[in-house]
Amino acid sequence: MSERKAQIAKQFIQAIPHAAALRMELTQIGDGKAEICMPYDPQLVGDPKTGVIHGGAVSALMDTCCGAAVMSHPESPAATATIDLRIDYMRPATPNQSIRAQAECHHITRSVAFVRAVALDDDSDNPVAMATGTFTVEGR
Amino acid sequence: MARKPPEPMQDVKQRRDAALRALVGGVPYIQFLGISFDRRGNELTALLPFDQKLIGNPFLPAIHGGVTAAFLEVSAIIELSWSLLWEDIESGAISLENLQAGTLPRLPKTIDFTVDYMRSGLPRDAYARARVTRSGRRYASVQVEAWQDNHDRPFAHGAAHFLMPRRESR
Repeated sequence: MSERKAQIAKQFIQAIPHAAALRMELTQIGDGKAEICMPYDPQLVGDPKTGVIHGGAVSALMDTCCGAAVMSHPESPAATATIDLRIDYMRPATPNQSIRAQAECHHITRSVAFVRAVALDDDSDNPVAMATGTFTVEGR
Repeated sequence: MARKPPEPMQDVKQRRDAALRALVGGVPYIQFLGISFDRRGNELTALLPFDQKLIGNPFLPAIHGGVTAAFLEVSAIIELSWSLLWEDIESGAISLENLQAGTLPRLPKTIDFTVDYMRSGLPRDAYARARVTRSGRRYASVQVEAWQDNHDRPFAHGAAHFLMPRRESR
């Protein structure tokens, strides 16, 4: 992916109000792959007894990261929207650790992009969640 | 045999509302998104008032797909927890004092969640209702639907599986 397109993607993520609200940071992008980091925040806790981040916040991170991966694909004309997204929650994310999502757009047609993603905390051998999704390929 | 007179309506309502407050108010992420619940009898409707920070595409503008997913997931988990608590709320097995002290049973855990995006979420209030389609000892299935101005035109649909909290052996 061109340097210019990577820059556009980075700015695009930063311009998303909800990504900013969750303090998401794009750490890698290019060739249909993206990585986004979301720091631990007590506001995002889903179970006050354990301090574990709510699944919904993980969904928001996964969705953003998958969308970024689609946008960065060389055959994608940039704009995209989620058609569907499935998330498997394998274990609770460890409190006080940031969550990192890695997404890959592994196949793209004229109209549909297929994506898979994984969410990790510091123990990167044991994923927190995995996602599979399909996205639209706009305006071709 | 003399029948026990029905409990005064305000006592029942007070206990139901306290249970709902304890369930919803204790979760920081629900407060962060600004979600509240409207209760009519045992029926819940989730409300997501529009806010600028929920925007995902500033050019359309549209609600972030992740917010939609989170809204559906919150609605589903609250509906399931509420249905598990309901019997104990009605019988008074869960006392008002306990509820106000915030001692609630453990919540179900999400196993998986699937969201279908039917149309883009407009920059306005959204509503959701969930339905528990199966509630077993270990697993539960929940379906949930969200709409904005027109209930007949939902903008997203979700299906989730949950792992049930372990009940104390009786």
